[in-house]
Amino acid sequence: MAENLVIMHEKNMQEETSRQKVMAVVVKVLVYVFVLTMASFVLFPFYWMINSSLKTLDEYRRSVPTFWPHVVMVRNYAEAFSTANLGTLFINTMIVGLSSTLLSLVITVLSAFAFARLEFKGKDLLFAALLATMMIPGELFTITNYSTVTTFGWINTYTVLIVPFLVSVFYIYLLRQNFLQIPNELYLAAKVDGTSDLKYLWKVMIPLSLPTLISITILKMMGAWNSYIWPRLVANDEKHRLITNGLRNAFTETTGDVNYPVQMAAVALVSAPLFLVFIFLRKYIMKGVSRSGIKG
Amino acid sequence: MAQMVESKHQWKAWLYLSPAIILLLVFTVWPIFNTVRMSLLENYSGLKAAGGATFQFGIGNFQKVLQYKKFLACLRNTFLICVLTVPISTILALLISVALNSIKALQKVLQTIFFLPYVTNSIAIGMVFAAMFNIVGSFYGTENEIIVTAGIINNIIQFFGGKPVNWINYGSTYTANLTVMVVYIVWNALPFKILVLLGGLQSINKQYYDAARVDGTSRRRIFTKITVPLLSPIIAYVVITGFIGGFKEYTSIVGIFGETMGPADDAGRLNTMVGFIYDALTTNSQGRASAAALILFAIIMVVTLINLQVSKKRVHY
Repeated sequence: MAENLVIMHEKNMQEETSRQKVMAVVVKVLVYVFVLTMASFVLFPFYWMINSSLKTLDEYRRSVPTFWPHVVMVRNYAEAFSTANLGTLFINTMIVGLSSTLLSLVITVLSAFAFARLEFKGKDLLFAALLATMMIPGELFTITNYSTVTTFGWINTYTVLIVPFLVSVFYIYLLRQNFLQIPNELYLAAKVDGTSDLKYLWKVMIPLSLPTLISITILKMMGAWNSYIWPRLVANDEKHRLITNGLRNAFTETTGDVNYPVQMAAVALVSAPLFLVFIFLRKYIMKGVSRSGIKG
Repeated sequence: MAQMVESKHQWKAWLYLSPAIILLLVFTVWPIFNTVRMSLLENYSGLKAAGGATFQFGIGNFQKVLQYKKFLACLRNTFLICVLTVPISTILALLISVALNSIKALQKVLQTIFFLPYVTNSIAIGMVFAAMFNIVGSFYGTENEIIVTAGIINNIIQFFGGKPVNWINYGSTYTANLTVMVVYIVWNALPFKILVLLGGLQSINKQYYDAARVDGTSRRRIFTKITVPLLSPIIAYVVITGFIGGFKEYTSIVGIFGETMGPADDAGRLNTMVGFIYDALTTNSQGRASAAALILFAIIMVVTLINLQVSKKRVHY
């Protein structure tokens, strides 16, 4: 009797574990189905952009959509490039992006160094005040800055696209945190050896905080590439227009009867550099973004 | 001696800080004061001020902005976008992150895919969404017009036996427009949320899960009683930044509808708070633009404080 019970119990246990195993497999399958479905939703617009950009206009307008181009029209890309004048836009954006990144890095490094290593009166108060400005939405500044740059006579110049956004309190904060992790003994030892601040900064602190600096560089470049509101307001002339504005200006109609293949080719060309940067520098972007919470 | 070193350092610190401080004074500190000043001068206009006009002190700008129908419409659009997109994107991002965290194969690849929408240009990809929702041929909405292509989204709806919807074209409804915006903004908001939530999940101590497994706790209980509470500070962070971003929504609408900010027959229908501020600015009504910007700031502050208050009760640190 007792033996029977034990056997029955073991049987139950076996059934239980095998049921649990089946459940685990079912759950695993469901999880994969869910994740892969969501991933395809995320990817679909990119696929549709590339698919559409390679079609002829006739094929695009077919009432039954085709899921790959039957005639591959690479020419759409050449047409998009010349219609939107992407060459000039690209050069303008690079000029603004590179110079603002470089200047911004210098300013950020110097400020972060002062906050992390030097002692001066009112340091904590100043730092707190800087952090407080981060809460204010940028639109509040734009209204006055628009008048300011007009008074300075900066409208339609590269200066107006570069100078007003050189200081980012968030990047100063980020780099200061990084600098603070470098032991102070190194600095004091360098002082004893008679190394100058700038040399110490260049030889020790910058190499040690290189990942943060790379993150800042990428986010700043992406910011220039994606900026739209301010450039449209202050430098929307042929000579200084940046890429996002140029794209929007070249294709003003988004609905109705539009030559979508060429428009999508232009969109793909504008998106391509961002993807390239992402593929090669994914680690730095994701690291920088997870700490910032701001786009671009 | 020590005194000398210190004062030398002081001088140096200010030297290093000077470029940042000068730029911040001009482009950040002065605008704060000036925006408040302009908002409190009746009907302030930069153009008129340059011509030597003087303005009375008062709160007329705020009153006018709040009575302005267009502003109220912008306020409604912005609120609806926030209230719809923040919960949807947060819940979806949470489910995706938990799912991603539980799998091994393909995890890294999928993580990269889910981050992809972040590294895009909102205007450019907005144009792709517009193409997907567009109906080619119904631009003028006349009856005898031939619809050439219904657009891929409508094709898919028809494939499943549904009726095509006029999403963004001439004669489309506000609900349809808003649906498109919500889809696009959620798509755009997912990557950041997934990145942050997954980072949070990976830092949860495995011992909690081991203990729950020993006790034979069900999956759902593990999710609601362990994962969500331990993740709550990060969920709160994601919700707060989501609301702040939502209140500043503007470029994604320009991406889909262009500068008209609405379908062809109703320009400005989907305009937002930020859009209102820029419209007021480009028509040289700086007084009103400033008032609207300060109202936006106040709303963001209040919503953030409410969120913090709620999370204080709910968040388990």
